[in-house]
Amino acid sequence: MSQFIQDLGKSTRTSFTKLGRSTYFLLQTISGIFSVLPRPRLLLNQMYSVGVLSFLIITISGLFVGMVLGLQGYYTLSDFGAEETLGVMVAASLVRELGPVVSALLFAGRAGSALTAEIGLMKATEQLSGMEMMAVDPVKRIISPRFLAGLISMPLLAGLFSAVGIIGGQIIGSGLLGVDEGAYWSQMQASIDFHDDIINGFIKSIVFGFVTSWIALFEGYDAIPTSEGVSRATTRTVVNSAFSILGLDFILTALMFGDH
Amino acid sequence: MQHTNNQDTLVGLFVAAGIVGLFFLAMHVSNLSSFVEEDSYTITARFENSGGLKVKSPVSAAGVKIGKVSSISFDPKTYESVVQMSIDSKYNTMPDDTTASIFTAGLLGEQYVNLEPGGSETYLKADGKIEITQSAIILEKAIGQFLFKSAEEKK
Amino acid sequence: MVNSVSSQDNLVSVRNLTFSRGSKKIFDDISLDFKRGRITAIMGPSGTGKTTLLKLIGGQLFPDRGSIFVDGQNVHQLRRSELYDLRKRLGMLFQSGALLTDMTVFDNVAFPLREHTHLPESMIRTLVLMKLQAVGLRGARDLMPNELSGGMSRRVALARAIALDPMMILYDEPFTGQDPISMGVLVHLIKSLNNILGLTSIIVSHDVHDTSAIADYIYVLSEGRVVGQGTPEEIQQSDSEWVQQFMTGAADGPVHFHYPAKDYVDDLMSLGKRY
Repeated sequence: MSQFIQDLGKSTRTSFTKLGRSTYFLLQTISGIFSVLPRPRLLLNQMYSVGVLSFLIITISGLFVGMVLGLQGYYTLSDFGAEETLGVMVAASLVRELGPVVSALLFAGRAGSALTAEIGLMKATEQLSGMEMMAVDPVKRIISPRFLAGLISMPLLAGLFSAVGIIGGQIIGSGLLGVDEGAYWSQMQASIDFHDDIINGFIKSIVFGFVTSWIALFEGYDAIPTSEGVSRATTRTVVNSAFSILGLDFILTALMFGDH
Repeated sequence: MQHTNNQDTLVGLFVAAGIVGLFFLAMHVSNLSSFVEEDSYTITARFENSGGLKVKSPVSAAGVKIGKVSSISFDPKTYESVVQMSIDSKYNTMPDDTTASIFTAGLLGEQYVNLEPGGSETYLKADGKIEITQSAIILEKAIGQFLFKSAEEKK
Repeated sequence: MVNSVSSQDNLVSVRNLTFSRGSKKIFDDISLDFKRGRITAIMGPSGTGKTTLLKLIGGQLFPDRGSIFVDGQNVHQLRRSELYDLRKRLGMLFQSGALLTDMTVFDNVAFPLREHTHLPESMIRTLVLMKLQAVGLRGARDLMPNELSGGMSRRVALARAIALDPMMILYDEPFTGQDPISMGVLVHLIKSLNNILGLTSIIVSHDVHDTSAIADYIYVLSEGRVVGQGTPEEIQQSDSEWVQQFMTGAADGPVHFHYPAKDYVDDLMSLGKRY
C-alpha cells in the first residue's frame, strides 16, 4: 500500500515537472515568435507543411460531415414537419461544434503527429544540438515558426471545414431531399448569429490550434531521442491533443453559450 | 527556385481559401449581412404583450422582411411593451396608420412583427409611432379560451 | 590557482571538473589543458563521457563543480547572448554529422553564414564553395544529406563547422564507423585544417592508431579520471596499466572484461532461487 502511495506521489511529481517544463517551453516559443516575424520565409515554409498538407483531409472530411448532417437532420426534422430549418441545424452544429472540434482532431492527427515526429527525429539525429552549437537557438529557428503556422492555419482550416460542410448539407438537403434552397439559406441566416456563433467558433479554433501545436511541438522537443521514444511521443501527441481539445471544448462551450 | 515558388503559390491559395471560407460563414451563413444595412430609420410600437419577440426578430410586410427589432423594453407607467424597430430606409413609404401585429411563423416557429399598411396619405417618419397594434397570440391562452368556450357550449 | 593557468597558452582549460549523471560520476575532479594551435585528443573506452566533455565545453551541459575556461571566459558564467557569441567562434563536428536533413549540402554549409551574417547571396555562394572545395565535396553541393555516405556527411559537417572561420573545432568521434579510405581523408583534413587555418582542435576518440598519428597531446580518461597524459610517444611508453591496456586493446586488465557481478560459481549454484 505504501508502495502504491509512493508510486502515485512519484508519478504526480513527474507530471508536474513535465507541465512546468512544457510551460517554460511555451514561453520560450512565444517569445521566439518575434524573431520569426522579420523572416516570413520560415513561416511560409511551415504554413505549407502544416496548412496546405492538411487542406485536403480537412475539406473532404468537412464535405462528408456536412452531407451526413444533411441526411440525418432531414430525417429527424421531417418527423416534425420542420425540414425548412435544416440549414439552421447543419450550420449551427458545424459552426459551433463540429467545425472547430473535428478539424482540430484531424489537424492533431495529420499535422500534429508529423510535427512531433519531425522535431523528435531532429533531436535524435543531433540536429537541434548541432544548431545550438552553431549559436542558433533551435526554439527560435525551428519551433516558433511551426507554432505560429499552426496558430494561423487552424482557424482557416476550421472555417473551411464548416463552409464546405454547410455546402455539403445543402447539396444533400435541397439537391437530393427537396428542402427549399431559399429556406435553407434564409432560415440559417436568421438564426446563426455572427457574434455568438461565428466569432465564438473562430475563438474555439484558435484555442485548439494553440493547444495542439503546443502539445505536438513540446512532445517532439521533449521526446527521448531514440526511435522508440519518438514513436511514443507521436502517440502521446495525438492522445493528449484529443483529450485537450474535447475537454477545452466543453469549458469553452459552457463559457460562451452558457448564459443563453 | 521553381520548388519554393510552387510552395508559395500553394500557401497563398490555402490562405485565400481559408479566408473565403471564413468570409462565407460571416456573410452568407450568419446574420452579419443584415447588420451592415446602409440606412435605416426607427419606429416604435407599443404592445400589450410582446410574447416571445426578441431583439433581432424580423419585421416584415406582406411576407417580405423589411427590418428588424432593435430593442424591447417595459414601460412601467402604462405596463406596455415598447418595441423599437429599425426599418430599411428603402421602405420609407409606410402609411402612418399602419397596423403592427406579432405573429408566429408556423406553429412552433419564431415570432416576428408584421406591418399591415393602412390607407393614409402621410407616411411614417423616423422615430414615428405606430398607434394600432395587436399583441402576440399566446398559445396557452388561446387553447385555454378554446377549451373554456367548448365547455360552455356543452352545458 | 585557477585563473593563472588559463593564460595565453591554453585556449581551453578545464579545472576540477565534476559531473554526474544520476548517481554515476562521469567526471571526478579532472583538470585538462588544451593548447592553442594544437590538436589535443581525449581518449578512453566507450562510456567514459567523452562526448559529455565536449558538451560541457560548448556550454550545453552544466558541471556539478569546477569550471571551464574558453579563451579566458568561464563558459558557465556567461550570459546567454555571450555564450552564443562564444559558440559562433567554435565549430563542433558531431558523430552523426547532424546535418539538417531538409536542406541540400550547399544550404547546410550556408546555414551558419545566413543565420549570423548579412552577407549578400553571391558572397555566401563563394564562401560555401570554398569551404566545400576544402573538404573535396564541391561537386556534391546539390545532394540531400540522405544521399551522402557517412564519411561524406562528416566532411560536409566539417565544411559547415569551418564556415564561420572558428578559432577551435571540437571533433566527436570523427573516425568511428569509417572505412580506411574515408578515415584517411578525415585524418588528412583535420591535420591540414588545423595547420592552414591555425585552429585549435579537440578530438574525442577511442581510435588509438589514427588519433595518435595526428594528436600533439593526448589525455587518457577512465572512470572519470585522467589515467595518463602526454605526447603520443610518451603515452605509448607509459607504464600505467590502464594506458597500456587501452593502447594495446587487451581484453582484461584494470578495465575488466566482466561487468560487475557476484561470484561466478555462487551464481551458477543459486539456480532456482529468486533474487
